[in-house]
Formats: sequence, C-alpha cells, structure tokens
Amino acid sequence: MERKLTCIICPLGCELTVQVEDKKVLDIKGNTCPRGKVYAESECINPQRTITSTVRCNDGGLVAVKTDKPIPKDKMTECMAVINKAVATLPVSIGDVIVEDVFGSNIVATQNRK
Amino acid sequence: MRDLVIIGGGPAGMSAAIAAYENGVKDILILERDESLGGILQQCIHNGFGLHKFGEELTGPEYAWKYEAKVRELGIECKLNTMVLDVSEDKVVTATNSEDGIFQIQAKAVILAMGCRERSKGALNIAGSRPAGIYSAGTAQKFVNMKGYLPGKNVVILGSGDIGLIMARRMTLEGAKVHAVCELMPYSGGLARNIEQCLNDFNIPLKLSHTIVKIHGKQRVEGVTIAKVDENRRPIKETEEYIACDTILFSVGLIPENELSKSANVELSGITSGAVVDQDRQTSVEGIFSCGNVLHVHDLVDYVSEEAEIAGKAAVEYINGNKDESVSIPVKTDGKIRYTVPQIITKKKDVSVYFRVSNIYKNVTVKVTDGENVLLSKKRVKVAPGEMESVTLKKEMLENAKELYFSLEEK
Ligand SMILES: Cc1cc2nc3c(=O)[nH]c(=O)nc-3n(C[C@H](O)[C@H](O)[C@H](O)COP(=O)(O)OP(=O)(O)OC[C@H]3O[C@@H](n4cnc5c(N)ncnc54)[C@H](O)[C@@H]3O)c2cc1C
Ligand code: SF4
Repeated sequence: MERKLTCIICPLGCELTVQVEDKKVLDIKGNTCPRGKVYAESECINPQRTITSTVRCNDGGLVAVKTDKPIPKDKMTECMAVINKAVATLPVSIGDVIVEDVFGSNIVATQNRK
Repeated sequence: MRDLVIIGGGPAGMSAAIAAYENGVKDILILERDESLGGILQQCIHNGFGLHKFGEELTGPEYAWKYEAKVRELGIECKLNTMVLDVSEDKVVTATNSEDGIFQIQAKAVILAMGCRERSKGALNIAGSRPAGIYSAGTAQKFVNMKGYLPGKNVVILGSGDIGLIMARRMTLEGAKVHAVCELMPYSGGLARNIEQCLNDFNIPLKLSHTIVKIHGKQRVEGVTIAKVDENRRPIKETEEYIACDTILFSVGLIPENELSKSANVELSGITSGAVVDQDRQTSVEGIFSCGNVLHVHDLVDYVSEEAEIAGKAAVEYINGNKDESVSIPVKTDGKIRYTVPQIITKKKDVSVYFRVSNIYKNVTVKVTDGENVLLSKKRVKVAPGEMESVTLKKEMLENAKELYFSLEEK
C-alpha cells in the first residue's frame, strides 16, 4: 500500500511517499534528509507526537510544559487529562519534571516561574 | 548619553544586544514594555523553534530563555515595564515607566526591535453585528497559554496562518471542537508541517478558497455562514453552509509595528510595512537599525535571531566610526518575487538576501542579475508566500553592479 505523508520534523515539510505492507516499510521517497526516513518509519508503525501544554501552579498561575519525548499519538487525549490534573509546586525551572512517566515520557517545565 | 539603545526585548532585541556586546560595545540598554523579556515567544508554548539555530526542537519560552540567560550573564542592562513613546531622527529616545516617569536618552545608535502585531478583524468585511466570541488567534493564544482560560467550546477559524493552525490544535487538546479552518486563498499560508500535525491529526477540515460571509448571534456568536469563493475571491451563493459555533478566531496575518520608526522619520516600504534597510539592517536614518518582525514578518524565529545579530554587529561598527567606502545599489524585484531584505546594498561585501514570493510556484529558477549579467541562478522545486527564501551573493559579484534584479523564471 502506498501512503502519502508530510514530514513534520522540520519546517521544510517534505512530502513523503511510503510503501507499506503489513506494518513493514518497504520504500520511502521524497525525504530531503535521513530524519525524514526515521519519521516515515515511525509514522507508519508507531506514530508519535510531542505534547505541549500548561500546568496549574500552586499559586493559581500557569507554567508551560512538554513531554520530554514524543508519546504514542493515540494517547494524546489521555496525556492531556494527566497534564490538566497536575499541580506544579513553585519555584519551577526549565527542565524540572512535573509528572513522571506518562506513556514513557516525563512532563517537564519549559518556563521558569518563581 | 548611551552607546546603544535597543527598543524591544523579544528575540530580536536580545540577539542584537548580545551580538553588540560580544563585538565590543558594552554600554547597552534594552527597553521593554512588558514585565519580562522574550516578546511574543512567551505565549508560543508549542515546539518547533530553534531547529535551525540550535539543532534541537525547543518551545517558544525555552528558545527565549537561551537568549535571556545570556543577556543576564553578560549583565546587559534592561528596563522592563518601560514603554518607548518616541524616537527622534537624532536618536533621542523618550520612554516612560512608573519608577522614572517620562525620561529621555540620547543614544549613539538605536536598534528598533518592536516586533509585529496581528492584523485586526476590523479590517475584514463580514456581515452581521459584532457579538462576543470573536478573537484574533494571538489573543486566544494569550488567553489559553498565559491565563488558562478557554475562550469557547465550538470554534471556526478564519485564515490558515501558522498561529491559527497552532491554536486549532491547542484548543482541541483543551477540549474544544474546531469545526473548520477557512482560508480565502487556494493555498494555506501556514507551514505544511502545521497542517499535518495541527489539523490532519485531529481531522479538522481545511477549507481552501472559503470565507465567512455572515456572523450570526447578537450577544454571543451563535454560528457562521461560510461559502466557497470564485477566482476573484467573491463568495458563491449556492455553496453557502451554516456552522453552529460560539467562537471565531481570526488568523489573517501579522503586520510590523512601526509607529516609532515613523516618528524617527525612517523610510518605510509599502510592501513589507517595515523599514527600507541596507545589508547591515541600517535604515534610511544613519545610526538607526531595524531587525526582527518590525522589519518584515518572519515565520521562523531562528532567522529573526540571525538578522538581529547582523544589526547588532553593524551598530557596533557605526558607533566605532568605521566607515567603509559606500555605494548605492538598489535591489529590485519582478513582482513574482514580492520583496527582498535588504532593499539596498551600500557596502560591497558578502550579503545574504532574504525574499518572499507572491504566489505558489513550482519548478522555478531564481535569477539575480546586475542589470546586464546573470550573477546567480538557483533552482527551487517549490516556493510559497508563507516561506521565506534566501540567497547569498559574494562580494566579487557586486564588483560592477549598478543594481540587482531578482526574478523568478517558470519552466
Ligand atoms: C501572536 C503571535 C504568535 C506567533 N507565533 C509564532 C510561532 O508560533 N512560531 C514562530 O516562529 N513565530 C511566531 N510568531 C512570530 C514571532 O513573533 C517571531 O518569530 C519573533 O517572536 C519575532 O521576534 P521579535 O523580537 O522581532 O518580536 P517580538 O517577539 O514581538 O518582540 C518585540 C518586543 O518589543 C516590545 N515592544 C514593542 N513596542 C515597544 C515599545 N514601544 N516600547 C517598549 N517595548 C516595545 C514588545 O513588548 C515585545 O516584547 C508569532 C507572532 C505573533 C504576533
Ligand atoms: S525529510 Fe528532513 S528536510 Fe524534509 S521535512 Fe523531514 S526533517 Fe525536514
């Protein structure tokens, strides 16, 4: 089966044409760099996304967060539910882990808050 | 008297400050009207920044922090919560804050880095009253990401610029339903990756050649009528469709914020709405430089930082009184290439010229001539208005140039 994908790894957004059979990638065309190939393989076999959002702090404010690794795409909604329940205790620095091990990734702060 | 005053503490202002400091000018003052540095990046919490510059994917606040940390480490002075009111042609900067009241600073050089603002919805002609529930995408971004407040549950977005696409995903993740993104043009102004990961991932339809023809509701938005448009961008009556919604987001483009440039008598370009600059990002007023989104709208912050470094270095040369032999080579375009930055070359040295095209073109050659001879020709598989392009011209190429002419040749 032929699948058309848009590579989301960098702003170039190459159009990829992938041959897949039974969850096996046979051929990839259209990638400008090797990262596109890695993306196409992952997208066909186990699609993943990085989630960015905000978490409430104990003073009522917000701090921006992300998953430090991409998580399975079909877990995005569940991941958001975890993020929306979490409360961060101030102070928070960039890189601090707010919630551990959410679908194999940590939720980490991407902002400094005093 | 100050050596260098920088107006705006966004990525452009911070990079310019760091570049100037590292090139020898230490007496620098950054004036920022917000309570923190970072500019608009503070509300852009999604990732996709810095791939070009740092080789890693950062979120907006993380990208901003790399620069803020450096500004602090170098001890560059910043006045926050300080609004600049006026800049004069002879580089007197008038500003105000609650501590110092209104004050004036004479600068040797000024860098304008005030960023851009969103085109307002008022500029759009849509029938119906103006009920509550209509926001620009950037305002919605601020509400959701900085205040934690979701502006609505059922959303239609007009315009497919990147901020609109990013907000479609953001609001969906926070539990809203985005019913459609309508784009007047037959193509999206946003990046392909954002259409994929912000719309396609969530099955949000992108309706190209569509617009909102009527907004329904008196107190609060109750719905919109959308329609397909013909080649002349006129709505086709038979294609009208009603969508119930409580919120409309506009993502119809950004425009440089140049009130201060005007007060300093800086010549502005009718095309970019930013200053006309030379290769050093110096404006028509000597010693006043411009960079970042106030100069022209960038889609990638990485290029903002790069441009600001050029301005920062050049300001140092100006302050130190280095005067190379100066020339005046205008850079012209054929219309398919909509504009270039710089618009004029005043020194013969290697120079990168950034440009945007006016439509989507496939399999084209970008040609640069000096009026007679072809200096450079580069093939591009695809160029689009949403994506900034660049070419580098070598010093030798400028040797006999009286003008530079940029054109796009289709096969
Ligand atoms: C709503 C919005 C969302 C965006 N989202 C993205 C995105 O997702 N990805 C992306 O790559 N780009 C995005 N951009 C573009 C982004 O703005 C640029 O990439 C980059 O931030 C531009 O940097 P800058 O320093 O030129 O401007 P800005 O970041 O806008 O910084 C300008 C600074 O100048 C200050 N200022 C302005 N006037 C005055 C004054 N009179 N006195 C004192 N200070 C002043 C402002 O407060 C601000 O801090 C977005 C732009 C907007 C408007
Ligand atoms: S294939 Fe490489 S160059 Fe193309 S979009 Fe993906 S990462 Fe970017």
